[in-house]
Amino acid sequence: MEIAFLVEKLLLVTILFVATLTVAAYSTYAERKVAAFLQDRVGPNRAGPFGLLQPLADGGKMFFKEEIIPSGSNKWLFIAGPSLALLVSFLGTAVIPFGQNIELFGRVIPLQVTDINVGILYIFGVVSLGVYGIMIGGWASNNKYSLMGAIRGASQNISYEIAMGLSIIALLLVSNTLSFKELAEQQHGWHWNIIYQPLGFLIFLVCAFAETNRMPFDLPECETELIGGYNTEYSAFKMGAYMFAEYINMFVSSAVMVTIYFGGYNYPGMDLVNGALGATWGPLVGVAVMFLKIFAFIFFFMWVRWTVPRFRYDQLMDLGWKVLIPLAIANIVITAIVITVVDKL
Amino acid sequence: MESLSGRKKVLEQKPMNFWERIYLPAIFRGMGITFMHMFKKKETTFYPEQEREFSENWRGMHSLKRDENGKERCTACGLCALSCPAEAITMISAEREKGEEHLYREEKYAAVYEINMLRCIFCGLCEEACPKEAIYLDGPIVPADYLRKDFIYGKDKLVEMPISELEALKGATV
Repeated sequence: MEIAFLVEKLLLVTILFVATLTVAAYSTYAERKVAAFLQDRVGPNRAGPFGLLQPLADGGKMFFKEEIIPSGSNKWLFIAGPSLALLVSFLGTAVIPFGQNIELFGRVIPLQVTDINVGILYIFGVVSLGVYGIMIGGWASNNKYSLMGAIRGASQNISYEIAMGLSIIALLLVSNTLSFKELAEQQHGWHWNIIYQPLGFLIFLVCAFAETNRMPFDLPECETELIGGYNTEYSAFKMGAYMFAEYINMFVSSAVMVTIYFGGYNYPGMDLVNGALGATWGPLVGVAVMFLKIFAFIFFFMWVRWTVPRFRYDQLMDLGWKVLIPLAIANIVITAIVITVVDKL
Repeated sequence: MESLSGRKKVLEQKPMNFWERIYLPAIFRGMGITFMHMFKKKETTFYPEQEREFSENWRGMHSLKRDENGKERCTACGLCALSCPAEAITMISAEREKGEEHLYREEKYAAVYEINMLRCIFCGLCEEACPKEAIYLDGPIVPADYLRKDFIYGKDKLVEMPISELEALKGATV
């Protein structure tokens, strides 16, 4: 293995890590701003111009708060919970292609940390690991509310993963690949998968809300019933780690949705722009487009959060098992039939 | 049963139809409503710089009044402290000495007068109890602070400015 390759990957990982952190930090700011604007308020505006330093102030506050570990808790698991949540949420970014191959210093560099040929399976594995952070944290707290939150989180994630997987199967029937890079390449020039799989996308979107524990499916933390749910006992930076993990999850699931349904870094007129700007600057425009799409999705997540009230628990389970799973199966059947008929014609 | 007032309304509990049951149209309508709110006028008052108008009977920080000659009205009778349901007021009385007639109106005055603003519930009973019209809750909002001891307001913060100083201040600004 040559040194240049290692340096290239190391740089890419570092940039991606910092970018993810920045996006997550500013998501907290954006969330408060969006919430404020949707409610006729102005939001944080004291720390720096337009309150832009607010995430730094919040982070500093989190660091300097008193850190309490309850005496009845299982200490190691109590620490492992938020660490795992944070770690797992970062893992997802590794397989997402953020742009076309870029030419730098005479080398062709893929803007993706690793293009494993089972990228979608990998994402699924990582996403289902995500619930362990919540479960372990909630259980280790030795608190009834935390435990309730953890149980809810676990059952919710398990229920919605099924529908999510089924909606992906229909997509795979269309695309014939599990690699994110290939999925993104296939959607070049308006062949976005959302056009072929609108129902699948809708199911995936609803499941993504459930998997990231966002409103209207934020039952694991449900302030009104569970006083914060699985993170009731957490304080200081462990609490911050959970919150951060939630925002990183939001970023990753937005990136996944953009990549597999909304054309990834592709945009109309891409070939023209690439021809005009060359192999170095052209792909960077693609990266910018990718991030714009991701930000649009993150805004959508927030917009929904401040519009739709929380589901009741039985309604949540009804929606998951009685609506989304049958719909996803129907979607697979219809897609399969259409593909067969179109192929024969 | 027959409704006597005639105002009873029986709500019909119809089962939801298909479009209501799939939630999505309702959610999208709701999202449209929240989105339109982004462009509405913001209701925020930027508090320390901007203050909302107070109502006529607003009760804020206490002030101990002076009479028309600038003498303190309070005689330290303790009725305000007695009437206070939150036990926020305490005082030590002293007798007026020769040569202090221009400072205090009666022969007795409050040497120390303290209100604990953390205890005070701003009910205005002290104002009502005072026979000398010496205390009024006509000040601004009590500001926030860092230490509990700083919320115990003494005479330095409560007593009105003497007329001479007030006029000097006015002269300076005009």
